[in-house]
Amino acid sequence: MSEVRVNNIVKTYKTARALDDVTLTFPDGGFFGLLGPSGSGKTTLLRTIAGFVEPDTGSVTIGDRPVVNVPVEAREIGMVFQNYALFPNMTVADNVDFGLRVRGVTGNDAKRRVAEALELVQLGPLGKRYPHELSGGQRQRVAMARAIAPRPRVLLLDEPLSALDKSLRVDMQIELKRIQREVGITTIFVTHDQEEALTLSDRIGILKGGRLVREGRPQEVYADPGDTFTARFLGEANVFDGKPEGSLLELLGGARVTRPEKATRIAVRPEHMTVSTVEPEGPNVLRAELRQRIFAGAMGTCVLEWQGQPVKAIARQEEFDGLPEKGAVWLSWSDRHARALTVD
Amino acid sequence: MKAQLRTRVTTGIGIFYLSSILFFLYAPILVMAAMSFNASEFYQLPFQFSTQWYERMWENEAILSAAWRSIWIAIVTTVFATALGTAASVALWRYDFPGKRILQVLLFPPIAIPWLITGTAMLIFFFGVGIGRGTPAVILGHVALALPYVIVVVTARLATFDRTLEEAARSLGARPWMVTRRVMLPWIAPGVIAGALFAFAVSFDQFVISYFLSEPGDSTLPVLIYTAIRKGFTPEINAISTIIIAVSMVVMLTAARFTKFGGEK
Repeated sequence: MSEVRVNNIVKTYKTARALDDVTLTFPDGGFFGLLGPSGSGKTTLLRTIAGFVEPDTGSVTIGDRPVVNVPVEAREIGMVFQNYALFPNMTVADNVDFGLRVRGVTGNDAKRRVAEALELVQLGPLGKRYPHELSGGQRQRVAMARAIAPRPRVLLLDEPLSALDKSLRVDMQIELKRIQREVGITTIFVTHDQEEALTLSDRIGILKGGRLVREGRPQEVYADPGDTFTARFLGEANVFDGKPEGSLLELLGGARVTRPEKATRIAVRPEHMTVSTVEPEGPNVLRAELRQRIFAGAMGTCVLEWQGQPVKAIARQEEFDGLPEKGAVWLSWSDRHARALTVD
Repeated sequence: MKAQLRTRVTTGIGIFYLSSILFFLYAPILVMAAMSFNASEFYQLPFQFSTQWYERMWENEAILSAAWRSIWIAIVTTVFATALGTAASVALWRYDFPGKRILQVLLFPPIAIPWLITGTAMLIFFFGVGIGRGTPAVILGHVALALPYVIVVVTARLATFDRTLEEAARSLGARPWMVTRRVMLPWIAPGVIAGALFAFAVSFDQFVISYFLSEPGDSTLPVLIYTAIRKGFTPEINAISTIIIAVSMVVMLTAARFTKFGGEK
């Protein structure tokens, strides 16, 4: 178990920069989610840590060991692939045993460790099966057991749940978290699923175009995204631009709203928006047009238009029921929910 | 109605075409096989069942020694061609190096070039470099001929190998040789076996190269048969030919089973 660090990693493919000066620390024993749209470089970063990608410049350390010149097989990593990559010619137990055998662990010691790993992923009795006889979720567990059995210093997961269907994915998220907690191994995983990243990770890093744009605890990053890309990528955000007017911000149409941290752009999450038919007190009030109400159980979504810009609000059921289908309404939020965004 | 009629006509033509091919391909072979069991030396009918030609063949020293010679040359060829061909396929699959494309392209013409020309070229070349005629020359020639077949078959199988399996094995600590032995070879084994069977068949059925490159007296079976036909045809030749065809068919059908003709069932 080790802390993993990458420093100033640059990787260029032909003319495209896959990674552009990325520096990050993955804490010892933590569950770190690398998040970003496709082409953001998240997989390249993971494969750089694994050793499949050689960076143009920069360093990678696992524990205190610099590994840039160490081949994959000597890095003491465990990796779970998107398609699991189980060896089709080997039984489940032999798959899990593979990493032990190549390290020279044999006999009862190996048997015990294979059994332990299979127990950990709750596949104890399936050791004699072949991968093609297993369900998708079971294969996923075998892949985890196989990666963990040799006791690697870091566990790398490349979109480990993307091949599973939605309901199974949620179950496996809980499982993954449990396994990681039990083993306590430093884990880095890549996903393009925001919800998955927020659920699983102790910390997340958001990549865009090969650059790390934001890093922190999920709650922190969600609550205060800092830049427009992160705000929109992680959950939904209504973004407003305005002109500074003293301590306030004047939006289009003259409405004045509170101005956090001298920003000229602010974000308000849909769940922090209040829609009402009577004009509320105070600042942060906009006159908007309700376009559509979408009922979705406990919560409902309101699609509105303000100054030609679409705005989204999520309302609780009682609030939602009191609204008309369409028409002019008031849109408001409290001061503490407005977040400053950088304009880039 | 019209469309239906057209389909029926095309299907009819198709069936006729296929049956004709099969008929002209297999009828002579079947006739030969039948005649090897006919008592008459001059193919006279009515058919009288007899195994005398097989017995005579079994006592014919020349035929037997040529048969053994063919078999062991085929085995040696198979071992070399399979080992070299598999290694070459893996190298071509795994590495990128300058001239790789050219090398790949150059592997295939030997399959298409008439054996007569390849044989002549080899004879000239082997005399030129001092190897001359003889068993080493025959084996070299056979290996060179069989190699592209092995590479084609093994490469086809390798194309279905999932690269992430190799990455997974490496991530688990396996060195390249371990990856090849434990993960890749088990996967391509059906291709390697099929390639080996092809190599065996190419060598065992080879006439032109063997005829050009073997020393007089050291004939392989196909060469012996050719010589025998020129001297005067006896049903013993039918008997040995029937055996060769039976063996070749078994080998090729087994190969076909292993390669599944390039695809999964």
